Amino acid sequence: MRKHTLSVTVENKPGVLTRVTTLFRRRGYNIDSLTVGASENPSISRITIVVEGDERVIEQVIKQLYKLVDVIKIIDLTAERAVERELVLIKVKADNNVRAEIVQIVDIFRARIVDIGRETLIIECTGDTGKIDAIEESLKPFGIVELVRTGKIAIIRGSK
Amino acid sequence: MKLKGAEILIRCLKGEGVDTVFGYPGGAVLPIYDVLYDSDLRHILTRHEQGAAHAADGYARATGKVGVCIATSGPGATNLVTGIATAYMDSIPMVCFTGQVGTAVIGRDAFQEADITGITLPITKHNYLVEKTEDVARIVKEAFYIARSNRPGPVVVDLPKDVMEREIDYQAPEEEISIRGYRVMKGYNSGQVIAAVESILKAERPVIYAGGGVIASEAAEELRELAEKRKIPVTTTLMGMGAFPGNNYLSLGMLGMHGTRYANYAIGESDLLIAIGVRFDDRVTAKVDTFAPHARVIHIDIDAAEIGKNVEVDVPIVGQVKEVLQAINKRLDSVDKFTDWHKTIDRWKEEFPLRYGNSAEGRIMPQNVIEKIYSLTQGDAIICTEVGQNQMWAAQYYQYKHPRSFLSSGGLGTMGYGFPAAIGAKIARPELPVIDIAGDGSIQMNIQELGTAVQYKLPVIICILNNEYLGMVRQWQGLFYGGRYSFTDMSHQPDFVKLAEAYGAIGIRVKNEDDVEGALQQALQVNDRPVVIDFWVDREADVYPMVPPGSSLFNMLGGD
Ligand SMILES: Cc1cc2nc3c(=O)[nH]c(=O)nc-3n(C[C@H](O)[C@H](O)[C@H](O)COP(=O)(O)OP(=O)(O)OC[C@H]3O[C@@H](n4cnc5c(N)ncnc54)[C@H](O)[C@@H]3O)c2cc1C
Ligand SMILES: Cc1ncc(C[n+]2csc(CCOP(=O)(O)OP(=O)(O)O)c2C)c(N)n1
Repeated sequence: MRKHTLSVTVENKPGVLTRVTTLFRRRGYNIDSLTVGASENPSISRITIVVEGDERVIEQVIKQLYKLVDVIKIIDLTAERAVERELVLIKVKADNNVRAEIVQIVDIFRARIVDIGRETLIIECTGDTGKIDAIEESLKPFGIVELVRTGKIAIIRGSK
Repeated sequence: MKLKGAEILIRCLKGEGVDTVFGYPGGAVLPIYDVLYDSDLRHILTRHEQGAAHAADGYARATGKVGVCIATSGPGATNLVTGIATAYMDSIPMVCFTGQVGTAVIGRDAFQEADITGITLPITKHNYLVEKTEDVARIVKEAFYIARSNRPGPVVVDLPKDVMEREIDYQAPEEEISIRGYRVMKGYNSGQVIAAVESILKAERPVIYAGGGVIASEAAEELRELAEKRKIPVTTTLMGMGAFPGNNYLSLGMLGMHGTRYANYAIGESDLLIAIGVRFDDRVTAKVDTFAPHARVIHIDIDAAEIGKNVEVDVPIVGQVKEVLQAINKRLDSVDKFTDWHKTIDRWKEEFPLRYGNSAEGRIMPQNVIEKIYSLTQGDAIICTEVGQNQMWAAQYYQYKHPRSFLSSGGLGTMGYGFPAAIGAKIARPELPVIDIAGDGSIQMNIQELGTAVQYKLPVIICILNNEYLGMVRQWQGLFYGGRYSFTDMSHQPDFVKLAEAYGAIGIRVKNEDDVEGALQQALQVNDRPVVIDFWVDREADVYPMVPPGSSLFNMLGGD
């Protein structure tokens, strides 16, 4: 069992996301994360799906996705050299005693503080999944009030 | 030229070569029905939208053309759902048009609004909600193209009322279809074809396992050539009945849960399994890890997702069965020698033929009815079935000689499929006898279509194998639930003869084995209306042989 990141280019039409998620639900594939957004071409959207499964399951996922008429292309980025990023916003408890410590962590991760409240800070961080997991771990001891992750987006390196 | 959406629709249907549509009117499709009123497109009014969907499906299976049905929005559209799912599971090309409320009120729970594109998402090959009259022509073209190409399947086109009413300056759509995410499969990997040929040359105990894909690909001739050239025994799935002549020496009949012992044994012993247009359904493989345990597996299928889905494959070939078999056949010489393998199979055939006993109750044996139908029609008929024991006996005791002569709901197993499908088939092939082999339970699911068959003077013959039980379920209760026949007794039933007569059809009751043939002969003479024959068959006859659930294919009950 391994996590695979699939970059799926689809027609930018209403209902396409439902077709993709219905397929995952119906066939019992597990979605770890899913992001969808614009691409360089306004008639095409890009869905990035992280899915877990053995080789046979992933092969089925890809083949079944290809059968959707609105799916144009699928790249399994797991096998490619790719740049992967996630964005997280973390609202963390931060009274005066710990603020300095938190700022230090933010620096180490090259994250940013985007809002300062009386008792909390909101921190923004981008990076690959490992980095996001790590900053989340580091901030946990202070008390995470709220957290939102975007799910992964990715793109292949080089001219491919 | 100024045309309304509905006029464009009908014009496009004719452009696709459609001659018959099956449907049922209602508010949202009034604009379409207004155009049909004086169109030369033949419209068959069924008595239930489910009937229209199955009839379109039967028409498609009998001809290979795309079946077409129409229903209104809301309940009309939802009544199609079982028919759409039935076609989807068996990969049948169909385009279903549904009415929809006006675009201005979609999403507001308008009267008779149902989200039919949402509902049918997982049971269609593709579906469309048409938002503009300008899109009608292109979408109809795409819908037919998608329905019939590659692995066929049903496509739903949802048509809001205002889109059908509006008039636009009509321009014929582009001839070329271009859909970025959908390409028609052509060609095959010739390296894999060579690998397949080499495997065939080396094999000592080869078996062909052929299915619905052979029929979809119109490749029965190519299949026969391969089998006869190399003397390879052929077993077919339920969906493949007719893909290879049942009376050919090399035929093993059906395999699987209710397949012949010799077909299943041959799979168990074979060293090369040539799987052609099949999807390794669990009714076929039984316990999947013991399926064809000694065999190298060649799998030819148009749908790459089918390859390796349930069973590991050694030689995968993605492509049209017809093209791939032509390529394989070209590379193979004929052999005329039969081998020990054939002797082994002959021995199994002798030792374990399909057989049945006498009725303890002195009633007709259902298998006997099927055998008589065969002896009278000799394979030159279209046999439709309902679901259950009737379906299995129809597969076992009739020898199908032609593709498209056996129409049955295999994947979904839809009771109520057979009779409306027979109506569609009879309309498509009026020159052939069309016979629905039914159970007393199934026939009651779409019995209202007698009205349709009488109205259009369709001499479809319904043979009810009346055991006054939901027989197949009763059989399982008998075998696996201690004989507790929970809610499977159907002895409260109408007088089917009177019921037929009430509709204006002919009704015949047969209680004695001696009268079976005469009744069938009488029915085959009728040419202007349907005939219902109510055969009172042995109540507790079971379908054998049988692979019990969870067992390996070669561990069969009965028929030994
Ligand atoms: C009560 C009951 C009992 C049953 N018992 C049995 C049984 O004992 N034995 C049995 O066999 N079945 C049985 N069935 C039917 C079973 O459920 C399946 O429907 C059937 O086995 C599937 O047949 P198939 O593999 O030929 O596939 P189909 O469903 O016919 O699929 C066709 C395959 O061919 C491919 N294909 C389509 N077009 C082409 C083309 N042009 N070129 C190449 N490939 C193509 C498709 O991609 C697909 O993989 C039973 C059903 C019921 C309801
Ligand atoms: C629509 C539908 N409902 C329920 C079933 C489950 N089912 C499978 S076979 C069967 C019994 C069919 O009885 P009958 O039509 O009398 O045929 P027999 O088995 O007696 O030949 C039932 C209820 C089904 N296949 N389809």
